[in-house]
Amino acid sequence: MSTLTLIQAVNDGLKTAMRGDERVLVLGEDVGPKGGVFLATEGLTSEFGPERCFDTPLSEDGIIGTAIGMAVNGLRPVAEIQFQDFIFPAFDQIVSEAAKLRYRSGGQYTAPMVIRTPYGGGIRGGLYHSQSGEAYFAHTPGLKVVIPSTPHDAKGLLLASIADPDPVLFLEPKALYRSVKGEVPEGDYRVDLSTLRTVRPGKDVTVFCYGAMVPVCERAAQQAAEQGIDCLVVDLRTLTPLDEEGVLEAAKATGRVVTVHEAPRFCGYGAEISALIAENVIEYMEAPIRRVTGFDTPFPNTLEHHYMPDERRVLDAIESVARF
Amino acid sequence: MTMTEADLLTVIEADGGTPPDFDTGLSDAELRRAYRAMLSVRAFDDTCMKLQRAGRIGFSIPNRGIEATQVGAASALRPTDFFFPSYRDFGMALYLGVPPVEMMHNMFGDALDSAKGRQMPVHFSFTEPIKYFSISSPIGTHIPQAVGAAYAFKLRGEDHVSLVSFGDGGTSSLGFHSGMNFAGVWKAPVIFLCQNNGWAISCPSDHQTASDGFAIKAAAYGMPGITVDGNDLLAVHQVVSEAAERARKGEGPTLIEARTYRMGGHSTSDDPTKYVPAEELAKWAEKDPVERFRRYLAKRGLWDEALEERLQAEVSAEVRDAAKVAENTPGPGLETIFSDVYAQLPPHLRRQGEAAFDLAKRKGEAGAGDGAFPL
Ligand SMILES: Cc1ncc(C[n+]2csc(CCOP(=O)(O)OP(=O)(O)O)c2C)c(N)n1
Ligand SMILES: [Mg+2]
Repeated sequence: MSTLTLIQAVNDGLKTAMRGDERVLVLGEDVGPKGGVFLATEGLTSEFGPERCFDTPLSEDGIIGTAIGMAVNGLRPVAEIQFQDFIFPAFDQIVSEAAKLRYRSGGQYTAPMVIRTPYGGGIRGGLYHSQSGEAYFAHTPGLKVVIPSTPHDAKGLLLASIADPDPVLFLEPKALYRSVKGEVPEGDYRVDLSTLRTVRPGKDVTVFCYGAMVPVCERAAQQAAEQGIDCLVVDLRTLTPLDEEGVLEAAKATGRVVTVHEAPRFCGYGAEISALIAENVIEYMEAPIRRVTGFDTPFPNTLEHHYMPDERRVLDAIESVARF
Repeated sequence: MTMTEADLLTVIEADGGTPPDFDTGLSDAELRRAYRAMLSVRAFDDTCMKLQRAGRIGFSIPNRGIEATQVGAASALRPTDFFFPSYRDFGMALYLGVPPVEMMHNMFGDALDSAKGRQMPVHFSFTEPIKYFSISSPIGTHIPQAVGAAYAFKLRGEDHVSLVSFGDGGTSSLGFHSGMNFAGVWKAPVIFLCQNNGWAISCPSDHQTASDGFAIKAAAYGMPGITVDGNDLLAVHQVVSEAAERARKGEGPTLIEARTYRMGGHSTSDDPTKYVPAEELAKWAEKDPVERFRRYLAKRGLWDEALEERLQAEVSAEVRDAAKVAENTPGPGLETIFSDVYAQLPPHLRRQGEAAFDLAKRKGEAGAGDGAFPL
């Protein structure tokens, strides 16, 4: 065990995967000698050589397209997209190609690969260094979408994603890169995909969240506890395929639900959770399900702290469902 | 890249001289204005770096070393042309008369910022006194857009041009290839200005292409490609003037590769000492574009110490005052989160805005984070 930040855990996960399997390689912009703009790939080129960790030309379409080719020919690429905001030139390769390859070839061809990318706000990055685009990808059958919120899960989920037979979009909450620290086991271990994590048990209100919203919800839950509202906080960890059983159990446990994400509200991931609960266990619900989200606007710069859900907003929603 | 320095189009010689009978195409007043703009870029740049280090703004992009390319290109065009700049183009705005205070409002993201504090610093957007198109972070997206704007000029029979500026890294983007292709097919009046400053963050420019430089790519898209010494203001002015003339006459697009060098980090969040070879930096320091142009002006009798002192005092006062004004301007109002998403505020956004105001009243305002930018 060592105590690592989330970004160090990602780095450790990459090194562990590359040491354990020589088919694993890392490509992207500035991932080589610089070690990535957030230093997720620091030390990889020196340890594994420029054939296994290297810089590409500035083309996300090229990065993902070539990664698919590597994956169909025996390699296990881990591609970095510098910011999730810059993934869109590769949208076609991800959505039309990687995600559909198994299906369209009757299972003959598959693209076991991981696309790592930092997402979310909190760094004064404005419209294009702050977005949370998970819903675009969670809507895509054939693609798995994973979001860690702790160093332990970052490494364990990354190793599970690299070992997974399907393409995985691994969204890293950049706001947590250096702000959270935690115990991380040495060597290889896996956190199973499609399993949620109970962050905190509770009996009054269930709060579903993921990524950078997890610590926000934990703090809101603490504040709620001071008023006697006992919150069950759930970190979803994998958005697709979702741990539906786990979600329904957690919803039933309290009968009062709040969902939280930074991404815009309309057609956001919270809507899926809400619909899942409404369709399956509405008879257990004691209050309307409330969504706390970013606004349905682009991501602002100076006012980003007003845009992103904070403890105030989460607590307000918790109170309103608790008192309904 | 194998292309030798001898192949570069260069005008200003090391001692400040030019070839005999060389016509700059610029009046004495314009030459001085160009020089002043370069000094202004440097003052603006230095001030922003200091403001960032002091934590008073979040981010900046160094422009040192690129001034001759920026100002040389801007000085070859007209105020009626359409500029599609990159984030590293302070000199285009400053030469063309954008007041430094307008740029500072963006750097501080305040209420008077033309983009209402929504964008990161260095993402300028102006309609006056020139069409300086709103900068987007995703690399290369503006390249086909400039071609479309050029097509509109052509369709209306106007003799204006678009200038689109991007980096060596930008040539790898999808937008570069589709933009070049469309411009060639349409014979659109557009000038592609590739600022090859040696680096795309930490990746050297020979990681972007296996071809001998970038200008050669023009051939495949059916247009002329020219490589110019990007630290030579007069050379850049000349090639951009020629490209503009061709475009205005209906002869279509040109790709210009300006060879220059990024004399700082990629941004205030970057540490270039980790990857930029010191010898290379030292070599380029000797080719400083501002000193080079100053030598030229001196040789022409257009520069002396007194002028230098006066201009330096003017530009630094201008930038200092601009920073002071912007720093004392309040931040944008909460309503700016919700406006300009659409021409008209839709009901669901009105409700979201009202809920935000209501919450602020009941529970207090959101607290600002530290917001340190890592890139
Ligand atoms: C599509 C996209 N991918 C990645 C980035 C991150 N990024 C910002 S600037 C940059 C390098 C650009 O290099 P170049 O085009 O040479 O311009 P320069 O910064 O040298 O002026 C990168 C990779 C981005 N902004 N957009
Ligand atoms: Mg460059």
